[in-house]
Amino acid sequence: MAKVPVQFSLNGEEKAEFVDSGSTLLKVLRDKMGDTSPKGGCLQGTCGSCSVVVDGELRLSCLTLAETCDGADIQTTAGLASDGVLHPLQRAFMDEFAAQCGFCTPGMIMAAKVLLDANPDPTREDVIEALSGNVCRCTGYEPIIRAVLTAARSNSQNAA
Amino acid sequence: MPLALKTYATIAEAGSALKQSDARYLGGGTLVVRATNEGDVSFSTFVRSNDPELSAITVEGGRAMIGASVTMAAIASHSGLKAIAKAARAVGGPAIRNMATVGGNLFAATPYGDFAVALLALGATVHTTEGELGIDEFLAARDGKVVSAVSFAVPTTEKFRFAKVSRIKPKGVSVLSIAALVDVEAGKVKDARIALGCMADRPIRARAAEKALVGATLTEEGVAPAVAAIGEGTRPLTDAVASSWYRGEVLPVHFRRLLLE
Repeated sequence: MAKVPVQFSLNGEEKAEFVDSGSTLLKVLRDKMGDTSPKGGCLQGTCGSCSVVVDGELRLSCLTLAETCDGADIQTTAGLASDGVLHPLQRAFMDEFAAQCGFCTPGMIMAAKVLLDANPDPTREDVIEALSGNVCRCTGYEPIIRAVLTAARSNSQNAA
Repeated sequence: MPLALKTYATIAEAGSALKQSDARYLGGGTLVVRATNEGDVSFSTFVRSNDPELSAITVEGGRAMIGASVTMAAIASHSGLKAIAKAARAVGGPAIRNMATVGGNLFAATPYGDFAVALLALGATVHTTEGELGIDEFLAARDGKVVSAVSFAVPTTEKFRFAKVSRIKPKGVSVLSIAALVDVEAGKVKDARIALGCMADRPIRARAAEKALVGATLTEEGVAPAVAAIGEGTRPLTDAVASSWYRGEVLPVHFRRLLLE
């Protein structure tokens, strides 16, 4: 099977790998680069658990070919904490009990991060819309919505 | 089965590469990568073109030209396409909209392809590597032509109506979608183009309802004949989201609401 070179920045770190042509970004991140934060749920684009941020846009890594990300800037949940300090979203997800089994959590957090980066003071409806591509089978969504709103508030307090 | 991705500088080259039987065009990946993830071994090569023209939107003289690689998110946020933004926003969640393309949507099998329903109501022109054709004709065949762009006259917000019905709030797979281009003059419908999603294996026109709507007023009594005719010629899909019977039953209800909104 032909291998192709792929180079991109993953959570600020330059990465280069030879991958099987046609490999999904999800597979390369998990199996080649050891970043298991994006999860393979449905692999059909329905559940959102593989969500990552590519050049500032939310993407489904299970439906993205790694080769199409050459030169891109990729962010995953694994890169959010710095020096052992959790990102406000991670903190809020803990405080609001927004994770039960946790499988959807990394996707939810990336979808929420893209929202808060663009709109630091979202309404409840904005949050629901931003998370509308992510499925959670445990929480009933309420704690997740609360967590995102809490993180937005704590962000604005930090900024003040 | 091994897969390979081949990238070409022009759509014409990608078009020639697609003549091989084991090749499939890769747009945003939401249909074809999904197919390989599900174990589809009918193709082994992804072909794509990174020609910047494929990602361009131009709105000029009342007409819009949208490259085949333009995403639903790009359409939804374009200042010149506000009237049709809701049809682009109806597709998937935010991540899907960042990936899913106009070109891909034209080939999406029911229950997907809500934006193609809008393009059918708009009477769009489909630009392919083998020339231009009307969207009715394109959808009827939907064969191996490579789409480079779609173009249409941009409607006013009042003229263009769109509804997607799903059972999950706020977003889910289509029970059905309806797009209508309704031209009202002096209180009466002068012309109407109505397109339906999930009412056949691909987007279809509701010609009987279109005819019934001409000359009508958009009132409860005025739209009644069109509402009664909306199901004519449809063969709704049965899937995990809804049965054919259910889709057929709720179509007139949603169509009536769309006309009276």
